[in-house]
Amino acid sequence: MSDPSEALASAKAAADRLVKAKRLNACLTAPKDLRKSLLAQAQGAHPSGVLYGMPVAVKDNICTLEFTTTCGSKILEGYRSPYEATAVAKLRAAGALIAGKSNCDEFAMGSSTEHSVYGRTLHPFDKARVPGGSSGGSAALVAAGAVPAALGSETGGSVRQPASFCGVVGIKPTYGRVSRYGLVAFGSSLDQIGVLGRSVHDAARVLSVISGRDPKDSTCEDRDPLRLPTVPESLQGFVIGIPKEYFPPDLDPAVRRACDRVIRLFREQGAAVREVSLPHTAYAVATYYIIAPAEASSNLARYDGARYGPRFDGAVDVRALYRATRGRGFGAEVRRRILVGTYVLSSGYYDAYYRKAQQMRALIAQDFRTAFDRGVDLLFTPTTPTAAFKAGEKLADPVAMYLSDIFTVTANLAGLPALSLPIGRIKGLPIGGQFIGQAFLEDELIEAAYAVERVVPATTEA
Amino acid sequence: MPAAWETVVGLETHVQLRTVSKMFCGCSAAFGAPPNTNVCPVCLGLPGALPVPNELALKLAARAALALGCTVHAKSVFARKNYFYPDLPKGYQISQFEQPLATDGTLSYLSPERGIAMATIVRLHVEEDAGKLLHDRFPKETAIDLNRCGVPLIEIVTGPDFRSPQEARAYLLTLKQVLEYAGASDCDMEKGSLRVDANVSVRRAGEAALGTKVEVKNINSFAYVEKALTVERDRQIALLEAGGTVEQQTMLYDAKTNSVRPQRSKEESHDYRYFPDPDLPPLVLKPEFIEEQRAALPELPATKRERFTAQYALGVDDAAVLTAERAVADYYEAVVHAGAEPKAAANWVRTEVLADAKDHEETLRVPPSALAQLIGLVKGGTLSHQAAKRVFGEVAERGGEPRNVAEALGLVQVADTGVVAGWVSEVLGAHATEVTRYRNGETKLMPFFIGQVMKVSRGKADPKLAQRVIEEKLAS
Repeated sequence: MSDPSEALASAKAAADRLVKAKRLNACLTAPKDLRKSLLAQAQGAHPSGVLYGMPVAVKDNICTLEFTTTCGSKILEGYRSPYEATAVAKLRAAGALIAGKSNCDEFAMGSSTEHSVYGRTLHPFDKARVPGGSSGGSAALVAAGAVPAALGSETGGSVRQPASFCGVVGIKPTYGRVSRYGLVAFGSSLDQIGVLGRSVHDAARVLSVISGRDPKDSTCEDRDPLRLPTVPESLQGFVIGIPKEYFPPDLDPAVRRACDRVIRLFREQGAAVREVSLPHTAYAVATYYIIAPAEASSNLARYDGARYGPRFDGAVDVRALYRATRGRGFGAEVRRRILVGTYVLSSGYYDAYYRKAQQMRALIAQDFRTAFDRGVDLLFTPTTPTAAFKAGEKLADPVAMYLSDIFTVTANLAGLPALSLPIGRIKGLPIGGQFIGQAFLEDELIEAAYAVERVVPATTEA
Repeated sequence: MPAAWETVVGLETHVQLRTVSKMFCGCSAAFGAPPNTNVCPVCLGLPGALPVPNELALKLAARAALALGCTVHAKSVFARKNYFYPDLPKGYQISQFEQPLATDGTLSYLSPERGIAMATIVRLHVEEDAGKLLHDRFPKETAIDLNRCGVPLIEIVTGPDFRSPQEARAYLLTLKQVLEYAGASDCDMEKGSLRVDANVSVRRAGEAALGTKVEVKNINSFAYVEKALTVERDRQIALLEAGGTVEQQTMLYDAKTNSVRPQRSKEESHDYRYFPDPDLPPLVLKPEFIEEQRAALPELPATKRERFTAQYALGVDDAAVLTAERAVADYYEAVVHAGAEPKAAANWVRTEVLADAKDHEETLRVPPSALAQLIGLVKGGTLSHQAAKRVFGEVAERGGEPRNVAEALGLVQVADTGVVAGWVSEVLGAHATEVTRYRNGETKLMPFFIGQVMKVSRGKADPKLAQRVIEEKLAS
């Protein structure tokens, strides 16, 4: 597409679709503002860009100049960033249209998009259920057909888990593949911007645009943007590892059936399939829930009401101002994680928790290296242990909520790229399968996903 | 101080590195800009912003560490120091903790009590500065100036090495000298580019164990270092002699009242919850980088001092004064290289040159070659020392070649016997009474006659020649 009238038409159609999807509460931008901005953007978009005229929704924890960036939190209510994230700037340079800000769990802390001060996002197939999270707004908008792709972010599965729940493709790139500049930090050593797309191709081409070096992020690798692979004829030559720890005896039989169906397809497509072991997998969730809150407790210290965001006053001194602002500005889940994070970093507990978690993280990463060193190209696992759960079901039990990330957090801890794609339905609800690849070999993940996407019965019951 | 007590002091010095921009962003690090004008998303700690280390700051920090004899580590780690304060926009300061840039250095300095003494540099690490609270801009309100946020600092920590406030001050002056030489910092305390915290304790003379230490903060000028430490030492001794105990705490020094007061608990640090900053990969310095920084270091003051005494046959005192500042040492050597006799050059630099510099914002106004020529004119008898000083002042003000300036001012000494004899005859003719008295044995009148000859000649007569001619004439 390079005809200006087509970009305008695309913008209008996107605005219409986003308004239609309003019942999901997936988009936080007011329809009027969104339409106005989309039309203005379409007129100014770069016609030669590879994403010319493509509307892309952006998770609300990624800074944009157009709209507010609230992270689903009261503490950033009305906050307008004076600069935009590198990923957003790259989208714009490629001619894409920023199609509003999508709802998310507050500061990306959650797995259901219920922890947003702006209300929960509904699952597009069943309004009683959650879309997953924390990038639930982005996943729901893609699943509802409002946008072909959306930016999300991952700290521990926050792109792949909602992609699985909503039946779309979600890619979490290698740590350092996409600049974090402008992504509001949660767990900085784990955070990566990811992409949700209605197809492997849509997700991959957006990822290709936002990837690559950025002098503003010291943790972003000095590498060229990802080059998109071509769709392969088959999986001939691929060695796919099946880590046994991801298929425990108590795994939902329907999830297992869906995965088994895909594994059979691997063989039919010419891939070699091997069972492998990642022995430290059992410690991943515990490790994650030490490291991520520790970093969060520090990253969220800046929200104190002194410089931006709402200030809850009546404060007699600065300590009282902090208490009032942080006590009322943050929701319960965020406060819980700040408390946990503060605790594990405290002197006297640092060695027992934070240091030990870092050691475990290194062992988890080593598990993956060992598997890859033995000739495995990719690993295949279920993305989530279940399909989308009901709203409210896990709110009272944070640990049950945390366990919905059990298969996804390992890739974040190891910094590896991973991709979830729909592999079937359970009682009408989508379920995803996950590839985990080697660092900076997203192209292999995408190649394998192309091959599977072509043949998998993604919308049939497992 | 009663001899029964020994003072023990360790110093933590924060020094601003001499960079154009801040530690982790491109904002200007300059002092004195209007409040909140040198700021950006990074140093304001806006959501989503990330730090990127300033390479020049790392170079200067490594040079400072090498100048202090430290081991610069191939790998060091930036860490977050977490605490809430309005001058700290991120809620943490980026510093270094478990793995600092450099450790294990020494600095030799001249102790007023013990002669040459050695301070151990326990560690040197890189960090960013915080902002500044302004309590006097708006009535009953506190304003924040975030210009200083992110300004690059090094913190230099010594062992408990100093035995008196005077020693602590002597160390600081030496530290300042070395850091200025290394080009790492301009160490201007008035602009906040050098700040000192001290750990002070006392113990009974001869005791091996250290007493309870008290941290003294807010020492903002070299002049106050000795005062603040003395006040705290005296407080501790008085407390102990009265049978009390010293409590481990942080005291703030108040220069206005020359006293210390305990820091209010809310200002006090709690648990900083240090952990490696996940936004910054470990700082890995290649051996070539470290060697480049070592090669970039100039000759340091102690080495230069020794070389000056050996090479130019100067006394320790001359050498110390001439090497106190790198610019002065370089100037002195240029004067000698331009042909001046080293001792005479030392005298001139120590007196006329430094006095003139002091009155003119530390600029060395007379070029080294001109000073060398001037020294040569005195040595060759062309100019009297007095006349040379006038020429120096003239050259400083208006420039020019000393020889030409001296001639233009008519200051060149006249060594022509015929001309001098004419002046002598004039003087003797005008002072008949004194001539008679002299001939009657009052030889103490000779300086009078010489002075008169100088006056008549308007300073141009060679005084030695004048004396010889007077003696000859009065003897006949």
